[in-house]
Amino acid sequence: MKKKVLTVDDSRTIRNMLLVTLNNAGFETIQAEDGIEGLEVLENANPDVIVTDINMPRLDGFGFIEGVRRNEKYRAIPILVLTTESDAEKKNRARQAGATGWIVKPFDPTKLIDAIERVTA
Amino acid sequence: MDMNEIKEIFFQECEEQLAELESGLLKLNDGDRDPETVNAVFRAVHSIKGGAGAFGLDDLVSFAHVFETTLDCVRSNKLEPTQDVLKVMLKSADVLADLTNAARDGGSVDESRSRTLIRELEALAHGEAPAAAEPAPKSAAAPKAAAPAPVVEQPPVNDEGFQPIPFSFGDFDEEPADHYVPTVQVAFKPKKDLYAKGNEAVLLLRDVSRLGEMSVYCDMDALPTLDKMNPEEAYFSWKISVTTEKGEDGVRSVFEFAEWDCDLDIQTIEEDVVSEATGDEELPMQPVPFDLSMLDDGGAAVADEPAVMEGDAAAAVTAAETATKVAQVASRAAENAKAAAAASAASAAQANQAAAAGQTIRVDLDRVDRLINLVGELVINQAMLSQSVVENDTNGTSSINMGLEELQQLTREIQDSVMAIRAQPVKPVFQRMARTVREIADITGKSVRLITEGENTEVDKTVIDKLAEPLTHMIRNAVDHGLEMPEKREALGKNPEGTVRLTAKHRSGRIVIELADDGAGINREKVRQKAIDNDLIAADANLSDEEIDNLIFHAGFSTADKVSDLSGRGVGMDVVKRSIQALGGRISISSKPGQGSVFTMSLPLTLAVLDGMVVTVAGQTLVVPLTAIVETLQPEASAIHSFGASQRLISIRNSFCPLVDVGRILNFRNTQANPIEGVALLVESEGGGQRALMVDAIQGQRQVVIKSLEANYTHVPGIAAATILGDGRVALILDVDAVVAASRGQSLKQDISLAATG
Amino acid sequence: MTNAVKTLTHGRELIAFRIGDQEFCVNIMSVREIRGWTQATPMPHAPSYVLGVINLRGVVLPIVDMSQRLGMKPAEPTVRHVIIVAQVGPKVVGLLVDAVSDILTVTPENIQPTPDIANEVEKAYARGILAIEGRMICLIELDSLFPHTESEAA
Repeated sequence: MKKKVLTVDDSRTIRNMLLVTLNNAGFETIQAEDGIEGLEVLENANPDVIVTDINMPRLDGFGFIEGVRRNEKYRAIPILVLTTESDAEKKNRARQAGATGWIVKPFDPTKLIDAIERVTA
Repeated sequence: MDMNEIKEIFFQECEEQLAELESGLLKLNDGDRDPETVNAVFRAVHSIKGGAGAFGLDDLVSFAHVFETTLDCVRSNKLEPTQDVLKVMLKSADVLADLTNAARDGGSVDESRSRTLIRELEALAHGEAPAAAEPAPKSAAAPKAAAPAPVVEQPPVNDEGFQPIPFSFGDFDEEPADHYVPTVQVAFKPKKDLYAKGNEAVLLLRDVSRLGEMSVYCDMDALPTLDKMNPEEAYFSWKISVTTEKGEDGVRSVFEFAEWDCDLDIQTIEEDVVSEATGDEELPMQPVPFDLSMLDDGGAAVADEPAVMEGDAAAAVTAAETATKVAQVASRAAENAKAAAAASAASAAQANQAAAAGQTIRVDLDRVDRLINLVGELVINQAMLSQSVVENDTNGTSSINMGLEELQQLTREIQDSVMAIRAQPVKPVFQRMARTVREIADITGKSVRLITEGENTEVDKTVIDKLAEPLTHMIRNAVDHGLEMPEKREALGKNPEGTVRLTAKHRSGRIVIELADDGAGINREKVRQKAIDNDLIAADANLSDEEIDNLIFHAGFSTADKVSDLSGRGVGMDVVKRSIQALGGRISISSKPGQGSVFTMSLPLTLAVLDGMVVTVAGQTLVVPLTAIVETLQPEASAIHSFGASQRLISIRNSFCPLVDVGRILNFRNTQANPIEGVALLVESEGGGQRALMVDAIQGQRQVVIKSLEANYTHVPGIAAATILGDGRVALILDVDAVVAASRGQSLKQDISLAATG
Repeated sequence: MTNAVKTLTHGRELIAFRIGDQEFCVNIMSVREIRGWTQATPMPHAPSYVLGVINLRGVVLPIVDMSQRLGMKPAEPTVRHVIIVAQVGPKVVGLLVDAVSDILTVTPENIQPTPDIANEVEKAYARGILAIEGRMICLIELDSLFPHTESEAA
């Protein structure tokens, strides 16, 4: 049974790259453009893992993660943060919001897949 | 989708982001302090950087990074977006656009300009006031930025959120033949946050087990009695021993995400050192697949806790595992059922939402063009069909006629819809002009502000594409020649900052674009003199102000004293005029000395279709755009009056309207037409005023597809374009304004490039 | 000859046509199609050698009377005349001639220089003459017959 990944990023380019990388690795991918859409899609999507950007319009990554964790069903879903920002403060904030781990952009497809494998059953 | 397609999409996205960036910065420049505006600006640069990094576009990434850092300071209120700061930002946006284009097309950028801006951006990021604005780019005050220099370097690429590990796992493989395989011991005690973040001990253990031979012992001593147990809490800890080639670092990397939320102690044990194992530490022997998610299921599996209490580790684990699995399956089944029911409702809701939100799709322009061409052919075909029917059956069987009328109606509707697909707001072109204005103001040392109106006025995409160039030239002219230097303006009592106003609106079936400046206006004396010098007019010619102003559209006309960097590139207003004409438009200028000039362009809304009246003139079939015709008249002898040597007027309801001999003007005949033998079309022309065009006969009204003359021939004065009639023959479409202008005494200029002497 | 050999010896394919009792030829690469004559719609202010425009499958095609253009008397087109649709620079033009006579393959050696008696006009467009089977065929450079002026510098 294929694992399902929900990717949330406002950049079309990144969404496309994620789609190609994940599909090629045998994942099923669903996508959203920002935090709000991410939460909406989450309602019916049942992903096994979430990969999200931080900087997005309407609702950013932090808000999105917090929203996800508030949902009973997804309290423990692994969430990987995909971001170009690597300063400690942002990482900390992401962790406190409930992120499981992160990948820095530009992402190495292998490392992304590894990270997903690592956090999913 | 392959990388090239994604790259193409990336550059498209960059264009959008750059537009967002510029409009956001302009809003900030106008005083907008909405945090969302700042965020949007930041995100635009951030997005470009992110994508660029994925494609290895290093120059773009480095610049974007510095820009982003400075924007972050604005975003976090460490840097106030003053006018001077925004000037730097806007220039940076321009450089970013240049870098993006260079990355896309392989061109090069002005490196010194980029470097200068990088320094200015860094200075701002470090809290130094921006250097006072000066027109020429100059070296910014180099701050003592020696220490914080890293900002300029490549952003530290740090995959795992850690300090980069200084050696690779490959090193281990290169160990010499003694093949020492380290054994690593891990003491791992998760805190409750670990689970809350989605990490699972069981997965971590699984991953460790994948590294090599592992033995694990689970310490459950901390597990309280059932009544005291908190399902959210973490009670277990593990001692793990694994023998792996990847060594300590391999093990550490397994725990990378979880590290902060657990107590972790990792050590390599020497091969010959006996681990001080207490009796318990080596049991049990195989990897135990813990499934601790039961702790997260809330009350679901509480009933199975007693199994754990039995004290047999292995059995406990298995029992817990089974119980958990059952619980999970049950809960998932319930969820699935609920989900399925909700799914259909949700997707319906989503569809509605999508419709309401006005979804868009991206379409290849080629496909749209093809569709438009096909619809054009459909229109021609439908006309030919109508013609055939009419010719073959003069009575017109009622049902066929009605059928044809309906067909015509449908065709027209399809056509309108299809044209609307390609209609786009002029906004992007206008926005590009904002940058042009900035650049020219910089180079010429003038202070200019661009105001735009009617950005959302829609025009056919093909028109928009070709508008940018002529508009750019006109703006260059306006700023370079029209506007005075700030000091001079001040001396004249004007605002030292000049204004260039660009407006677009729809008017009677066309789009009218105006470019106005509040500069010095046209220097009529100079223009007149230059025209005399260039043999364009006789020394004693008597021209109206308007006529003098319009002289600037003649070839070879440039009154610039010195060839300044831009206008002197040799593109005169004649080229602009021809570009506009090639689009089927007209351009004129009006000017008030000391107050400024206004260029007015009128363009057809669509380049493809026209409602026309088919007429005959001197045996030739012409089409007159319906939008220009006010009414048709049957002149009577008593209404015709002569005026001067060759002009004639027709009286209409107590006012006199000049008659225009179309056949003569177009050189279809040498003799004057007799108005009462034909029909007169009353038209309004661009410059105001009415005229009565004389034609031999009216054949009917038709919707025609416009075919370009310029493509294979050349612009013909008096003719706007061509079309293909129902009989397959080419008919010419009249340029009403040109013909009217010609009738005022100026002959139609003949600049036919197909002509060669001989 | 195979194509490879042709290129090797710089052979070119030319299409020859007749106007009156003279023969001319142009590079076949410029020729898009040959069609019969159709009545053209006259254009105002056109030079006399431009007879007008016709509809070529939806495209407006100007028709040039080659006889006039080459300095000879105006043609009186009939259905037996032929229009050579040629690409000249960015534009497509229809050349009205009496008939198409031949397709030739020549190498540079076959081309003799234009005779000295040629006048200015002829010198402008002629690129040489060919002697083929006793006929004299004048090679024409279409680009110089129809110079295309793009936006000139002011």
